[in-house]
Amino acid sequence: MAGIPLVYSIRNLAVRRTSTTLTALGIGAVAWVFIFTLALAGGFEAALRTTGSPKNAIVVRSGAASELMSIVSREGASSITAQPEIARAADGSPFAASELVVIWNLERNSGSTTNVIVRGVSPHSLALREKAKLHAGRLFRPGLNEIVVGKLVSERFKQCALDDKIKLAGREWTVVGILDAAGSAYDSEVWGDVELFMPVFDRPVFQNVTLRLDDPTHFEALKKRLEADPRYSLQVKREDEFYAAQSGMMATFLRGLGLFVTIIMALGAVFGALNTMYASVASRTKEIGTLLALGFSRGAVMTSVLVESVALCLVGGVIGCLLALPVRSFTTGTMSFATFSELAFRFDVTPMMMVSGLVFAALMGLVGGFFPARRAAMMPITEAVRQA
Amino acid sequence: MTPTESAAPAEALIRLRDVHKIYHRDKIEIPVLTGLSMDVKGGEFLALMGPSGSGKSTLLNLIAGIDTPSRGDVWVAGASLGALKPGKLAAWRARNVGFIFQLYNLIPVLTAYQNVELPLLLTRLNGAERKKRVHLALELVGLQDRDHHFPHQLSGGQEQRVAIARAIVGDPTLLVADEPTGDLDAKNAEEILTLLQRLNREMGKTIVMVTHDPHAAERAHATLHLEKGVLIEQQGAVR
Amino acid sequence: MKYLGYITAHLWRHKRRTFLTVSSIAIALFLFCTLRTVMTSFDAALRASADTRLVVRHAASLVFPLPFSYRDRLAQIDGVTGVSYGNWFGGIYQDPKNNFAQFAVDVPTFVKLFPEVEMPPDQVSAWLAERTSCVVGATLAAKYGWKLGDAIPIQGTIYPGEYRFTVRGIYKGKTADVDENTLFFHWDYLNEAMPAVRKDWVGIYWLEIPNGDMAADVSGRVDALYANSSQPTKTETEKAFQASFISMMGNVSLLMTILGSAILFAILLVTINTMMMAARERTTEIAVLKTIGFSDDLVLRLVGAEAILVSVTGGILGCVAAWLIFQRVDFTAGGMFPNFTVMPQTVGLGIVLAIAMGLVSGLVPALQAGRLRIATALRKVA
Repeated sequence: MAGIPLVYSIRNLAVRRTSTTLTALGIGAVAWVFIFTLALAGGFEAALRTTGSPKNAIVVRSGAASELMSIVSREGASSITAQPEIARAADGSPFAASELVVIWNLERNSGSTTNVIVRGVSPHSLALREKAKLHAGRLFRPGLNEIVVGKLVSERFKQCALDDKIKLAGREWTVVGILDAAGSAYDSEVWGDVELFMPVFDRPVFQNVTLRLDDPTHFEALKKRLEADPRYSLQVKREDEFYAAQSGMMATFLRGLGLFVTIIMALGAVFGALNTMYASVASRTKEIGTLLALGFSRGAVMTSVLVESVALCLVGGVIGCLLALPVRSFTTGTMSFATFSELAFRFDVTPMMMVSGLVFAALMGLVGGFFPARRAAMMPITEAVRQA
Repeated sequence: MTPTESAAPAEALIRLRDVHKIYHRDKIEIPVLTGLSMDVKGGEFLALMGPSGSGKSTLLNLIAGIDTPSRGDVWVAGASLGALKPGKLAAWRARNVGFIFQLYNLIPVLTAYQNVELPLLLTRLNGAERKKRVHLALELVGLQDRDHHFPHQLSGGQEQRVAIARAIVGDPTLLVADEPTGDLDAKNAEEILTLLQRLNREMGKTIVMVTHDPHAAERAHATLHLEKGVLIEQQGAVR
Repeated sequence: MKYLGYITAHLWRHKRRTFLTVSSIAIALFLFCTLRTVMTSFDAALRASADTRLVVRHAASLVFPLPFSYRDRLAQIDGVTGVSYGNWFGGIYQDPKNNFAQFAVDVPTFVKLFPEVEMPPDQVSAWLAERTSCVVGATLAAKYGWKLGDAIPIQGTIYPGEYRFTVRGIYKGKTADVDENTLFFHWDYLNEAMPAVRKDWVGIYWLEIPNGDMAADVSGRVDALYANSSQPTKTETEKAFQASFISMMGNVSLLMTILGSAILFAILLVTINTMMMAARERTTEIAVLKTIGFSDDLVLRLVGAEAILVSVTGGILGCVAAWLIFQRVDFTAGGMFPNFTVMPQTVGLGIVLAIAMGLVSGLVPALQAGRLRIATALRKVA
């Protein structure tokens, strides 16, 4: 049973150039929105997901969903860092850091203001976060009014570039370094010396103790012991899980919004594709009748029209994908509800998303081509040929 | 009628003087009419015959005001058509000309009634008055009971009759027909031609008809022959 | 209009095509209205803000509290006619996913300064009288099935411990914009439960002023007063305070605009395509109309009118559908939108956009029809 050559379908698209172009662009726009919203939600989640490492554990006050709500006293921190499950740093000290976390209102380059996480860090803090490195400049010197900022902070906020001076808690601080945290949440933070920050921000307590486990399997033992300690109410979580849990509401919202918009938009575009394909079929009744008379099966005709529809929509999908690529270079920021502060992130356009976009476009082609294809296939031959 | 000065200009409904029409296709000039002059009196039924490419359809289009000459003067029903702006020309057509096509050219999405009503939409008549005239026109062509049918529900002959009704509903002085029987069988053709003759004799409509068919031409008062854009002979007597 | 029959004849004849086109436009405008309502819902919070209330918070960050001792000084500032205060509690009710605000407020002054929080007088009295009581918004009560007299357990996070509040009042908002999703309880109750080191700290102060024009002056006076203290203040109108929250969400309006534009663009392309396909079938017909005497201008307007009729029908369907659906369906996206209602202005804007789409999609076919030369068009067929 012969199939109608692919060339035939492609040729039909090429002949009706305006119609093809308009429909393809419309489908392309839908594919673009699909990828855009996936990239938005994905970027937000990725920033949080990549923030934590399964090798680390973070200790906060029990019940605190984010560091902001947590309080760990100095005594508590000493007790925690004395635990045996903690790895040793190069100099023999426990590979752990006690940190302070506050939020501060800063002005974006665009003029609007938002809260940014300001973290008072200890000597091991940077090393504990494997993905974060010093990108430019140097680390602050303890005891001096110096800070380092995450890469996205330096890009998005006023006076946060290298060597700029910025006012925090009534004092002026010099930005001496920029961190690159590979797109994780730390790119949106400002870091300084915890011992200096404590009096400056008037916070005599820590918010967390972050530590490297000597062996990931020792996590449970550590957790059990620390959480059972009646002197302090503590909670121990794997670092990656702790941050991932924060993405909840916003990511769900973004993803839900994206899906909602894309599906409904696709419906509208499919209606357009339907019109196009019906018209394409209607203008070729004589041809189709001839093909049937020549001996091509109805199945072959139906397949041919479906192929045409899918090809048309795939062209649109490719256009949408290509136009979605530049989106990667944009950063945006939104409020992470858990921390009540800004999480900046890059749009994350992954190959998987592009493939999804293409599949989505092809799907639209199938749906939009099905009924016209069926109509073409079921055409009574005599009627079709007579229309000459 | 030889191409000379006719009787007093007031009697001539149509008057062409030294009319040229040149078509331009891909920078090539194709002259179709080359200096044609003629007069048609009011109330005449005139046939135009000639081989393909002789320019008879072009001549018809010029007389009906749906095309303009490259050079020369076309004077119909009290207006010099070349001098009219497109908007005024359209209005002139609405008042003065009814066009009958070979392929009927009824609007397929409208009923017979709506098709016939079209020219009246351009007037100030209200709905009731339009209705009266449409029914009159349809009665004249014998199709009053088909007014709610769509063109695809009518036979060829019936379609042409609706087209004629549309052409006369506005009571124009001039009827222009381009091969009106070209697509019809003998019986239907006869009916259409009889109808045209009636319109001419009983209602005084001036008719200019292009045709291939000598039988059709016989129904006219006079026949003009065109060849290569030039009038060459005539047959029949002038009334 | 007498041409209406002609204009609709084509749409009627090609029912499926008309249906598909009208539907895709309706869908596009439905989406547009929804996205725009996301924006206007955020604005609703701004609309509910009173001009005559100022918010005083720690200049540095919302996270830092202000001393309770500020209360009396603030009351004495020139222009201030009332002072209240409160702390955002941020506790958990059963499941962290249950997201709603809890505020510890100074009840006697709160009731005076926030008249838009409306309750029957007996409920107000009950709330005032009982220190461990609370009032909840009507929407919140409906969501969890709370009734007067119920005991609500809240797990404190910022203020650790298990708290129980008895519902003594269910409030409604004076206008639709007022949020009904909050639980208010006694500040005194919270303060007593605090260890000595955390006692007597207030999250924010609210100041009442006689009219909005005095806002800038009074704000300036408050901030100047505390500028050099260890807890400096930042005072602004409630509107500005709310706006700063929204701006933290990031560029929501930009996002909605991008999405909305993409949608309208895609459907516009689709509609243009359909119009042009329809126009191609009608060359002869247009020529015939012109032969009959329809002017170029009239034909242009008839073709354009058809496009606009299709778009406006779709636009009205889509906008009205959005309005109706969100009236019936309570869409709060997990508490983010207390009041997701499509505003009349949004519907109006949607219809204007639909008209614009009709104009654009009909433009090329209309111009083509207007410019068509009769003789050329007829010659093509014959």
